[in-house]
Amino acid sequence: MTDLIQQAESTILQPVGMTVDDIEQVMGGLLSSSIDQADVYFQSSRSESWVLEDGIVKEGNYNIEQGVGLRAVSGEKTGFAYSEELLLPTLLDAAKNVRAIARSGQSGIIKPQQRLIAPVRYQAVDPLESMTQEDKVSLLQSINRQTRLIDTRVEQVIVSLVGVHETILVASEDGSLNSDVRPLVRMNISVVVEEKGRREQGSSGGGGRHGYEFFTSDDQAMSYAREAVRLALVNLEAVEAPAGTMTVVLGSGWPGILLHEAIGHGLEGDFNRKGSSAFSNRIGETVASPLCTIVDDGTPENKRGSLTIDDEGVPSQCTTLIENGVLKGYMQDKMNARLMGQKSTGNGRRESYAHLPMPRMTNTYMLAGKDDPGDIVSSVKEGLYAVNFGGGQVDITSGKFVFSASEAYLIKNGKITTPVKGATLIGNGPDVLTKVSMVGNDLAFDSGVGTCGKEGQSVPVGVGQPSLKIDSMTVGGTANA
Amino acid sequence: MPKSVYADPAELDRLKNICSDVLLEAKKQGADEVEVGLNIGQGLSVNARLGDVETIEHHKDQGLGITVHIGHKKGSASSSDLKPSSIKSMVTAACSIAKHAEVDKFSGLPDTSLMATNFFDLSLHHPWDISAEQAIDIAIECEDAARTYHDDITNSEGAGIQTFEGLRVFANSHGFMHGYPSSRHSLSCSVIGERAEGMQRDYWYSSARHANDLESAKGVGEKAAERTLKRLGARAIGTRKCPILFSPDVSGGLIGHFISAIKGGSLYRKSSFLLDSLGKSIFPDFVRIHEQPHLKKAMGSAVCDAEGVATVTRDIVSNGILQGYLLSNYSAKKLGMATTANAGGVRNLTVESGDLDFKGMLQEMNTGLLVTEMMGMGVNTLTGDYSRGVAGFWVENGEIQYPVEEVTIAGNLLDMYQSITAIGNDIDLRGNTRCGSILINEMTLAGS
Repeated sequence: MTDLIQQAESTILQPVGMTVDDIEQVMGGLLSSSIDQADVYFQSSRSESWVLEDGIVKEGNYNIEQGVGLRAVSGEKTGFAYSEELLLPTLLDAAKNVRAIARSGQSGIIKPQQRLIAPVRYQAVDPLESMTQEDKVSLLQSINRQTRLIDTRVEQVIVSLVGVHETILVASEDGSLNSDVRPLVRMNISVVVEEKGRREQGSSGGGGRHGYEFFTSDDQAMSYAREAVRLALVNLEAVEAPAGTMTVVLGSGWPGILLHEAIGHGLEGDFNRKGSSAFSNRIGETVASPLCTIVDDGTPENKRGSLTIDDEGVPSQCTTLIENGVLKGYMQDKMNARLMGQKSTGNGRRESYAHLPMPRMTNTYMLAGKDDPGDIVSSVKEGLYAVNFGGGQVDITSGKFVFSASEAYLIKNGKITTPVKGATLIGNGPDVLTKVSMVGNDLAFDSGVGTCGKEGQSVPVGVGQPSLKIDSMTVGGTANA
Repeated sequence: MPKSVYADPAELDRLKNICSDVLLEAKKQGADEVEVGLNIGQGLSVNARLGDVETIEHHKDQGLGITVHIGHKKGSASSSDLKPSSIKSMVTAACSIAKHAEVDKFSGLPDTSLMATNFFDLSLHHPWDISAEQAIDIAIECEDAARTYHDDITNSEGAGIQTFEGLRVFANSHGFMHGYPSSRHSLSCSVIGERAEGMQRDYWYSSARHANDLESAKGVGEKAAERTLKRLGARAIGTRKCPILFSPDVSGGLIGHFISAIKGGSLYRKSSFLLDSLGKSIFPDFVRIHEQPHLKKAMGSAVCDAEGVATVTRDIVSNGILQGYLLSNYSAKKLGMATTANAGGVRNLTVESGDLDFKGMLQEMNTGLLVTEMMGMGVNTLTGDYSRGVAGFWVENGEIQYPVEEVTIAGNLLDMYQSITAIGNDIDLRGNTRCGSILINEMTLAGS
């Protein structure tokens, strides 16, 4: 961690002629006796993207961002400002504006700096430098060529490659100084297939907190390509999805977006402090079948949603949200934890220095159960088997949520039969999990594609779950069920 | 009102000089063609909750984007760091990408002859000289109006004011350079109501280029409260086929799917359900959809598109027939056509309305579902398949009966567009799509 701080100093502070002592001075400008909490958040990020389309690597983009966000919190009130200019006088000026949130008070006491050590969840590699420009281009070309060879019906192949290298340095009112260097890579492969005039698409991808070599090892990239083609070909056969309420079996992995939407957002500390969540004041109550234990866990190595420390400098942890069906806890950032008399769970995240931190998910998943996935399907007389999804959304106050199936099949007499077109599934967060009657022994994580949006801020997240049987859910197709 | 720095010719000159430097540097580093966009701006965003200030955010942003073409190979770079040394390394990064990218004969700048030359004033810049304290007072007044509207309003997510002004300059190696200041302001409120059946939340907002054009604080608060109250006691209804009325809050989204399908990118990638649709009847013959990029003070107005091409007022659909696609220079060339000045999107899309107001539209539907909120992204632009979660109201005999939630509506967009039976004159002017409520003859509703 100390190494990480040195790395952050040399990446962010040295080039602009600042030192950690200057940060102390800025913190001094933020604090007054009525300020409960304050932070100075430096961020430097470089990212790139490459896109192949129509058989050629058409373009690439390189982005570099650097800035500092200053926050002071007094009670429930927050003052915030940020700047791309890393100059001490600019920051001291901004600090004065931010501190005005607390109407009066003398200067606060600056605590001596402490450097904390948190266990690292990924290596401080720079993905952009993990491969030469030539190799990035030829990787995309080779994926394109091989993808077209998978099936003659492939008409269009789009491959994108994105890499981010982010360094943060965060100082807090308690004197703590923390740093993190976060790599993140993501690849997506999207294909269009055509047969007898019918066109369908399929896409697949993944990534995590690695360098680009992640995609070239274990045939990773081509496994996305095969999956994208397979999905598109399945869609060629898809018939109208049924409309109405029925038994739904969800596959393992990415369908865990159910948990993210149905209960995850509703268990974020801010909504519960304000009483605006359908889960407010329900700790200790049964909100799911006893088969369900759900956690938010920022610690798995190299996962897209994992963090060594959150954006408030708190080491990430595994937080139990629901244990054997009973609501156990919320996900907290520092401010909401303080106001609710709890502790931060390491879920304080922000999109960038220009955004305020909020309680956000990391990797949210359900622990494995005992059922064989095959037994789950064969227990269903008629229903829907949904294995791939697009996005989802939730209204945390009413509890209603949706998620959109992109690969699903009818189940008839315990057998998976015809594929059906994409359909939205809708349910009520506080009771959907009470209808879970079987939980598979096949816990899997998604492949590293999730991005969560909340109040205009996007952050990378992960989800996971074993196969699940939900006795009743509304499926938004067009055919008679 | 004090003079805004963003309206100051000296500031415009400063940005133009940076753009000129970028163009020179890129040429020096070997670029054949160059485009550069530069934005600076600042804003204030406050939120009040339960009668007191909750957040005060001071925003100050700047960003520079560069695109270079070297022998029909393209690279781009962007940054918030405008130091000369940083700009130089951005140009180097963009050129390095272009050198490694592959030849794409369609890439390059639009012809010089297409560049906008008439830079008329669209009245887009009306800064709001408001302090954080004044903004908080307005937000509190707004939230108070909502919280005191009815006893069933029990909680609040607060009311907020956002104000922003900025200056944008776009230049390219044809010698084109244009800069203009703009502003936007909004006032929003979101409150929670509760009765024995549970909680509901809804919101309202007003947005405008000029603060005087915002709805009153009281009006926004009351509307937020009224909308929340109406949703209390919502329930699911049984699966059926029935008429669907899209309220003006959500009808723009329905037209937005049509716009996505006629964008050049969707067409040349063959990822649209409207391939080869020019001259074909997509909507019933009473439908006219047109683009009005030159409306004064409107949210989507601009004299040129994102490539500097002069924007034009035109019909996209008339008599229900598709008259034109939405093309940038690149997508146009890929399709063997000419740009329609839609790089960066469509501007002030207007759906002509019929004679019926909202009440009239309810009567026209008679019995069916009025949809006021959409959930999820279940729209496939390639096939037109449509399946989304919705909330709204059950309507019988032209009268709202009760609120509905936890249901979906599904169909295919092409069928849905063909089945439009009326478009109301209850137009929502807040966004880039100006559209009244839209009545669709029949869709599948899935529920309990």
